Amino acid sequence: MSENGQPGPAAATAAGITAPEVPLLEVSDLETYYEVRRGLTERATRAPKQWVHAVDGVSFRLARGEMMALVGESGCGKTTTAQTILGMVKPTSGTIRLNGTNLTELGERKLRPLRRTLQMIYQDPYESLDPRFRVRESVEEPMLVHGIGGSRAEREKLAVEALERAGLSPARLFLDRYPHELSGGQRQRVAIAAALVLGPDLLLADEPVSMLDVSVRAGVLSLLDTLRRNGDMGILMITHDLSTAARFADRIAVMYLGRIVEHGPASDVVRNPQHPYTKALLSVVPKRDPRERATPQILTGETPNPVELPSGCRFHPRCPVAEERCRLEDPQLRLPAAATAPDHQAACLLV
Amino acid sequence: MSLLEVSGLHVWFDPPSAAEVHAVQGVSFALDAGERFGLVGESGCGKTTTILALMGLLPPNASAAGEVLINGQNILAGGEESVQAYRWKDIAMVFQGAMNALNPVKKVGWQIAEPMAYHGIAEGAGARKRAGELLEMVGIPAAAAERYPHEFSGGMRQRAAIAMALACEPKILLADEPTTALDVMVQAQILALLTGLTADLGLALVLVTHDLPVVAQVCERAAVMYAGEIVEIGLTDTLYHAPRHPYTRLLFAATPDLYGRDAVISIPGAPPRLDTEIAGCPFRPRCDVPLDRCSSEHPELRVVEPAHLAACHRNDLVGAT
Repeated sequence: MSENGQPGPAAATAAGITAPEVPLLEVSDLETYYEVRRGLTERATRAPKQWVHAVDGVSFRLARGEMMALVGESGCGKTTTAQTILGMVKPTSGTIRLNGTNLTELGERKLRPLRRTLQMIYQDPYESLDPRFRVRESVEEPMLVHGIGGSRAEREKLAVEALERAGLSPARLFLDRYPHELSGGQRQRVAIAAALVLGPDLLLADEPVSMLDVSVRAGVLSLLDTLRRNGDMGILMITHDLSTAARFADRIAVMYLGRIVEHGPASDVVRNPQHPYTKALLSVVPKRDPRERATPQILTGETPNPVELPSGCRFHPRCPVAEERCRLEDPQLRLPAAATAPDHQAACLLV
Repeated sequence: MSLLEVSGLHVWFDPPSAAEVHAVQGVSFALDAGERFGLVGESGCGKTTTILALMGLLPPNASAAGEVLINGQNILAGGEESVQAYRWKDIAMVFQGAMNALNPVKKVGWQIAEPMAYHGIAEGAGARKRAGELLEMVGIPAAAAERYPHEFSGGMRQRAAIAMALACEPKILLADEPTTALDVMVQAQILALLTGLTADLGLALVLVTHDLPVVAQVCERAAVMYAGEIVEIGLTDTLYHAPRHPYTRLLFAATPDLYGRDAVISIPGAPPRLDTEIAGCPFRPRCDVPLDRCSSEHPELRVVEPAHLAACHRNDLVGAT
């Protein structure tokens, strides 16, 4: 934060305003490939190595105070993108700059103190919390790992503060409870508190509400919304739920087969989609109002294998409007002719 | 006479070292051939227990009371023996997570053919041929019958699970969260398949889900369950545009919509435990518009307008909307 010469919360950018000079997070040309394990026969016959192109050239920026949603179907690379940013997976190439520092160049020792500035919220609070830990221990453990809070009393004070910020109030009532005594929504709030005690700049939330009951989802999402609007942090939310992304994120990036195929302000992506894949995805999202039964544009098949990528535009085999050139030319992100926002981009030859 | 008529269905669970749980408390609904009916609500409100009771598949520590009529015949009347004659042949079910319950070491076609022999529908080559036809019916090439579940994608496994449920040509299909673990595009494919089956085969569908938009898009009618009871039942259009129970209204308000601009609000609190009798309205502690009588008087499910029932004391007020 201040030691990095970054603007404080006061300079936080609100929705839609362009990112400042040094963004909180800047991901450039990120590629993360996994090697396909070869069996004995393949190795004996010296079959060529094969790669899963999980993330294949992803670039974006995220400002403090902003929430960006990375959406797409399973296998599109959104979770690998988050894991690479977190340092759980080594990128094949590209850079990840957090407050201007390139994380991919740092060794484990230099990376460790930076880890507290980026925290992850996992999908399943039934699995992410240790069932033998009381709430107090779950929230205090990260402080012990990072050497925060000199005394037990100090750590308890910080834990109480974090729990209150996460909406578990009065926090003292929760300190000595075990996860099984909490509802799903409360568990997820404990997981969020355990991230908040470290004072993170960036929160990665991987499907933060998909395991929760409908009635409590809104509460957890509003909490994340408040946390970033206070300007303390930026949030990258990974989700397959376009309705949630549309409602809570400032910007949406749609991923398909390891690439961002459309990216822009949430309202533009949702109301003025440009890429045929985004259009199809939006058309199949069920609406609450039974009168809004638009004809869904159902794509056949499922996302192809990311080992053998299609030639040209990787969406062309499933694309309803593909032309001959789509098989040959790989489209890059650019401003579509019909865009109404200057920062709206789509990777399609036909826009 | 309706194809399926459930009336006054109760289910109790008797856990070994705890109080009895009254999981389903007098559920009644009816549906006709070709109709798509939704059963919605939060987890723990009795949706799955209700449809397991319709299949006669409750665990041994559960007991059920009430009537489940198929074409006027009470299938629960004679216990397991009477329900066996109907199960799979008249009423079939796609279980939650069924796509992950396929046997990994058996070919998909074999798994679809196996129950046919058990029910005396077809055997040997005949059953294999029928398995191929069923796969075609759910949009999988018949040749895929010779493949193993791990060679199928998630969507294909869910289709295979649906094909299995259709093996004995049932009239009623119960589907428990059939798209919950699937991607939105695959979800759309499966929902289109289920809708197509009701139209083509005249199958009646009961879709159990916590996902209101799915029900809004697929079902003509739906029942909202809370604390083991149906608290509102009517056309999905009416439930969204003119709900007469606060729970229905709040559930919709808690669901984000793609184009919605209204604030998404969670419902405070959690559903009540069902191991003690609840005095008054079970939703009262979470209700945003309770009345004095709600804490003492239990609201009954009553007709509020034609084909629309709700269990809320507010509907008794003059000028209630």
